Amino acid sequence: MIRSLSAVALTGAVAWTMVGCGSDKSSDPAPTDKVSGTVTVFAAASLTETFTELGKQFEAAHPGVKVVYSFGASSALAEQIKQGAPVDVFASAAPKNMQQVVDAGDITAKPVMFVRNRLEIAVPKGNPGHVTGLADFGKTEPKIALCAEQVPCGAAAKTVFEVAGVTPQPDTREADVKAVLTKVTLGEVDAALVYRTDVKAAGDKVEGIDFPEADKAINDYPVAPLAKAPNAAAAAAFVEFVRSDQAHTVFTKAGFDNP
Amino acid sequence: MTRASARRRTAQGRRPLILVLPAVCGLAFLLLPLAGLLLRAPWRSVPDRLFSTEVGQALRLSLVCASLATVLCLGLGIPLAWLLARGEIPGLGFVRALVTVPLVLPPVVGGVALLLVLGRRGIIGRHLNEWFGVSLPFTTAGVVVAEAFVAMPFLVISVEGALRGADPRYEEAAATLGASRWLTFRRVTLPSVMPGVIAGAVLCWARALGEFGATITFAGNFPGKTTTMPLAVYLALETDPEDAIVLSLVLLFVSVVVLAALRDRWTRGVV
Repeated sequence: MIRSLSAVALTGAVAWTMVGCGSDKSSDPAPTDKVSGTVTVFAAASLTETFTELGKQFEAAHPGVKVVYSFGASSALAEQIKQGAPVDVFASAAPKNMQQVVDAGDITAKPVMFVRNRLEIAVPKGNPGHVTGLADFGKTEPKIALCAEQVPCGAAAKTVFEVAGVTPQPDTREADVKAVLTKVTLGEVDAALVYRTDVKAAGDKVEGIDFPEADKAINDYPVAPLAKAPNAAAAAAFVEFVRSDQAHTVFTKAGFDNP
Repeated sequence: MTRASARRRTAQGRRPLILVLPAVCGLAFLLLPLAGLLLRAPWRSVPDRLFSTEVGQALRLSLVCASLATVLCLGLGIPLAWLLARGEIPGLGFVRALVTVPLVLPPVVGGVALLLVLGRRGIIGRHLNEWFGVSLPFTTAGVVVAEAFVAMPFLVISVEGALRGADPRYEEAAATLGASRWLTFRRVTLPSVMPGVIAGAVLCWARALGEFGATITFAGNFPGKTTTMPLAVYLALETDPEDAIVLSLVLLFVSVVVLAALRDRWTRGVV
């Protein structure tokens, strides 16, 4: 029991710190005031690559600042924040989880939508299950992985299946989108529904298949500084930076759409 | 019993305060989180939450899988413990150290390792799939395998300790009376280490019951098939933390019962 609870704390807490590598882009946002110290960011699992990259750029733009991340399922992160985790910035993969934190009074600023993401079918390299579209998810033969319906990618998947009129037959419902992607990368499942950005991030081990119903479940990602942020100045600066043009170059390259 | 404890008290004399204080802190550290669960539990709605189909499913699956994993561990673990305790092969100490690796391996890593070996594209799993059409991930059998992998070292260590403590003269006597090795093991060795086997099996079962990381990584999460209690707790936290607390209480209750049954062994420090 204790193991499973600590696992919750640990799945998101694979926070790794980055060493800034100087990039002298002149387009970085003007910091409101001098920021320093550590800025702790809780971000949805699907933001792992882009936020890690942004962290490096942010550290380069603000020498002396260190960005520390915890990536995980937005729902789990929201719960940890409500339980009083000392966080500066929260970036969620769905407005719903952001709203939970706002309702709990931990965020007083208005959350800003900074990117959008759409679902894509992910298949292992070479498409061994010969998957062509959403209809294959209703069949029993191909092995299917989906996100649990409690997490944003699972809720989005539920919407597209309803629109398409398909009753999915998943073999597993994983706790976050990266866990689903892992199952595809290892070839343990024939198909999965993940975000387009995850397919891109997986490189050549995974192939993506677009499908029309994805338009019906676009995920908006809100970001906001925490009301009780231990490092309020850095929190504000980081949120500002996430909305900058420089950041959007990174997001677009990763396959995100602009809101 | 009372006379013995009285004698112990006089022998000990005054307890050194320098030890009592950290001891109390240590006890509080271990017990307060559990007390927190009890205090925060939504007692009024416990019955409703407990008798939902999902919880019943997860609990049943947990009990069945943990028990099957324990049986699997007994079948493989007792011979392994015997080999470690009685074997005369060079490098046995190294093998003993290897056996305990799953104890310290992060369970999620254990799950990935199992996938790499027994998964659909795994070293062995590939052939299982091609020749027999068997695929362990995402099945109840996969849950049992993941739990057994993590829990078996508990049993092996416990049984091996008991075998080392057993008096080999009984075995020798049986052998001189003409008993075969197998008969000696069955009728002399095994009964003499039975307490160690039972203690190991109970610990192994409790560890299997609480297994989370290797299970969700190797067997995935599908209600009724692979969603055991710890997985249900984890997913309940995403939506309804109170549900998670109630589910945790069930596991807590089971652990307490198991440890109470083992109490005598703990105090004697055999395990």
